[in-house]
Amino acid sequence: MGGAVTESLFGGFGAWILELSEDMGQFVFLVRSTFQWMWRAPIEWRQTLIQMARIGVESLPVTAMTMFFTGMVLALQSGATSKHFFNTPLFVGTVVAFSIVMELGPVLTAIVVAGRAGAAIAAELGTMKVTEQIDALYTLGTDPVRYLIIPRVLAFLFVLPFLTVISDFTGILGGYFVSRVKYDIPGITYWHDIVDNMQIRHFVHGYIKTYIFAFLVSMISCYRGVTTRGGAEGVGKSTTRAVVESMVLILVVDYFATALLNAMGIT
Amino acid sequence: MIEAIGVVKRFGPRTILRGIDLKVETGETLAIIGGSGCGKSTFLKCVIGLHAPTEGRVVVDGLDVTKLKTEAEIADYRRRFGYLFQEGALFDSMTVAENICFGLKYLTDVPPSQYRKIASDSLALVGLKDVEDFKPSELSGGMKKRVALARAIAARPQYILYDEPTTGLDPIMSDVINDLILDLQKQLKVTAIVVTHDMKSAYKVGTRIAMFHEGRALMTGTPQEFKTTDNPYVRQFVDGLSQGPIKMKLKEFEADDSGAAPAAKAQGKR
Repeated sequence: MGGAVTESLFGGFGAWILELSEDMGQFVFLVRSTFQWMWRAPIEWRQTLIQMARIGVESLPVTAMTMFFTGMVLALQSGATSKHFFNTPLFVGTVVAFSIVMELGPVLTAIVVAGRAGAAIAAELGTMKVTEQIDALYTLGTDPVRYLIIPRVLAFLFVLPFLTVISDFTGILGGYFVSRVKYDIPGITYWHDIVDNMQIRHFVHGYIKTYIFAFLVSMISCYRGVTTRGGAEGVGKSTTRAVVESMVLILVVDYFATALLNAMGIT
Repeated sequence: MIEAIGVVKRFGPRTILRGIDLKVETGETLAIIGGSGCGKSTFLKCVIGLHAPTEGRVVVDGLDVTKLKTEAEIADYRRRFGYLFQEGALFDSMTVAENICFGLKYLTDVPPSQYRKIASDSLALVGLKDVEDFKPSELSGGMKKRVALARAIAARPQYILYDEPTTGLDPIMSDVINDLILDLQKQLKVTAIVVTHDMKSAYKVGTRIAMFHEGRALMTGTPQEFKTTDNPYVRQFVDGLSQGPIKMKLKEFEADDSGAAPAAKAQGKR
């Protein structure tokens, strides 16, 4: 009986490894053909613009709100901590701004957009796949990669950095709000804490990462969409996988991107 | 002329087509019949190039679909075909007119100013009027099929491939679609392959019929030959009987390979 359990355990693990390898292989193929089509045929700018509007407009309220509260809680926590040690809230602006501009802004914005726009992409392309609309595109003379994937990837690359900059601002604004109301820190102190310590390269550090996240989230969402199988249930599965994989990979890749950028001196 | 030579199609370990040899002469309508999962739709997708045959060749007017390389060659090949999908596969984010004209941009040099007229003309050919600005979700099943057909013929192809054109329609609408197919053959002088499991439809629209069974072309002949043949497989299918050689086979298939049939279907739709 123990043998059967071990066998099914290893069998399951083996199947999982096989599936993962196949997925990664197909994913790389899709990335490759995305790059190929970018040079091969004119870009569908109209589609790109439509996607930009959708991703940007849909996501802006959620990302702004997320970051506003993140800034608030950062100010609250850092103020409380320094009050505990120094009896006065020190460097609240610095803590808030550095945390947000270098890490939380890019990461949380990407995660929220993955949940909002990434899920929408996977569900839309998944539905198109199971209703043969993607095959129809092909028979009508265009390539799904060209018509569906490239506009979405480009839209992400254009919009996510932009959303992140807005998120950074709203986050810092949230921090300002709490430090004024809760800790009674003068506004000039809060802003000086930021501008005296922060340099362009700190912003660039976070900004570069947004491009990596944008590419990652859009490619994963498109990949899960176009490889959907099996009707409505399949669409649900693809959407969930797109969001979960995007979120996990954002955090994993963030670590390595940070390490790389630090090694390059952009920190 | 469409010529399939020894077409084999495998999806992973599963063989869907086991060597199809078929010829469709210019001007004729070949009806392909056969049970679900026998490879009819897969064959159609091999012809248009949605699936690449694992072995064998599909040659259309001297062009080998497996040997197309450049963009221009592929476009030139695809321009010859209109494809009617089983469920229509209309783009639900676009209006009827946008759906119909979608391919014109990629397949033809028609200026955009003419699109509206082409949409109306194509709709008229399938018997519809004043639906240009509707969304597909606002149409009935029969109307969707007609719009999908209008989209397939918008770029005036030489060949039309029909994937189960009457499936899911009521008997009257099925016959209307059959008439429409005949009408299009007459008006546009196209060559067509109609994949169906509706015998009435096959008899009506086919100038020749081919029956697929387990990935092979079991019999090819005129509708008259199909009506009189004593091949037990064909007889069973044509007469729609549950008892006969095919049922036995299906049972064996299910026994040695349970749960494989749905997976094969999903793969076939890739």
